[in-house]
Amino acid sequence: MSGANVKPTLTGESRSSARPGRIVRLTVNGRTHEVTLPAHRTLLEALRDLGYVDVKNGCEKGDCGACAVLLDGKVVNSCLVLAWQAEGAAITTNAGLGTVDRPHPIQEAFADAGAVQCGYCTPGMVLAAKALLDENPNPSEAEIREAISGNLCRCTGYGQIVEAVRLAAQRLREKAPTKQGGEKR
Amino acid sequence: MTLPAFELVQPRSLRDAIDALAAAPGMEPIAGGTSLLVDLRGARVKAETLLDLGRIDELRGITIDSHELVIGAMATIADVLKNPAVAEHAPLLVEACRLFASPLVRNRATIGGNLAYASPAADAAPPLLALDAVVELRSVRGRRQVALAEFFKGVRKTARKPDELLVGIHIPRAVPGTLSAYRKLGLRKADSISVASVATRVVVDMAGRCQAARIALGAVAPVPLRVAKAEAALTRHGLTVEAAADAAKLAAEATSPIDDVRGTAAYRRRVTETLVKRALLELVEKGGDGR
Repeated sequence: MSGANVKPTLTGESRSSARPGRIVRLTVNGRTHEVTLPAHRTLLEALRDLGYVDVKNGCEKGDCGACAVLLDGKVVNSCLVLAWQAEGAAITTNAGLGTVDRPHPIQEAFADAGAVQCGYCTPGMVLAAKALLDENPNPSEAEIREAISGNLCRCTGYGQIVEAVRLAAQRLREKAPTKQGGEKR
Repeated sequence: MTLPAFELVQPRSLRDAIDALAAAPGMEPIAGGTSLLVDLRGARVKAETLLDLGRIDELRGITIDSHELVIGAMATIADVLKNPAVAEHAPLLVEACRLFASPLVRNRATIGGNLAYASPAADAAPPLLALDAVVELRSVRGRRQVALAEFFKGVRKTARKPDELLVGIHIPRAVPGTLSAYRKLGLRKADSISVASVATRVVVDMAGRCQAARIALGAVAPVPLRVAKAEAALTRHGLTVEAAADAAKLAAEATSPIDDVRGTAAYRRRVTETLVKRALLELVEKGGDGR
């Protein structure tokens, strides 16, 4: 998803009053945007202003993981990355993994396992799970809990989320049975 | 909440970075940004211009040679966790990095940034102190090395001059007979700031004698520190259960903690003793007592 008409202004700051900034090229979910941004604009703010509102603003301190994105495949807090620093990187948000019609197996597993309550932490959880499963297709429960330890959920006891990641791992392994790397470390 | 406005300079080489810093020594270097951006947002730190070190590839490497391991200042905590040379020569650092913040933060936060930012609770500091690490500083004036134990000068204060950049951390190769153990107390198991942390390392010879001992503490004084008196208790009396208890008491006495949201000074002093004792008992179990 992108290019939404509604552009919620996260910062509440009048763009004209800010320093002029420079043109930054951001590649989000495979699509490239050219936007003029001041140096102090975070990637979180830039993404939401571009319409990627699946990236949630939680704590703005790097504590909660609601603003998680993949930056060249690595899961990071977008509130702690400046937009200028993300130039040239492949930025992936939850919406870049799949859509409602064609969900990613991880997203499907979150729905099937009942891992979504209010949904605010879900995009970040899904991305933390994606980063984990890309490196470790068959994680133990402890490894799953470790991988989502920077993503806070205030609704659940994490049980269903852990189950969703386990289920997603199993389904992804079944989908790609010939692919090597299914071995535990 | 939006960050206060600042300029951002993004050099692509170390040469350009130290030239820029020489021209404007008031610039605040930004490494991973996981502490600095939070503090800028909270107005605990002010900066007109940030010097972004994120595009300088030459600061990212981790290398090993015949006498030392060198970790580039911009190596992330995640890079350190994945590196086999670090695992072999500085397992104590690996242990601490496993408990460092969260996976998301570990993908951005850097070893150099963690030291140069000089938080009393910097989790990379106690293990690196216990590993006899030396930091390398560079400026247009040249390069110099400073023992990490001499580097921390106070809360957010270091021996780094305004025109210098911390470019790397040098750690001697591990010698045979080295044992180490780490303990961190946070308010939760992961994604937490240390209430207190302890890094211990000893070198035990063939006869089981304790040839060298290092005990370093985090979050219990204005700076991460080594406790020489506690170390001496081990080298004098050997790596025994009794010496471990003595060293733990001496370590707790050497702290000067504060009360804050994570714990009181009195609590920190008590848990320091417990954490040091537990770490040292792990070492005793691993190979002390005149094996």
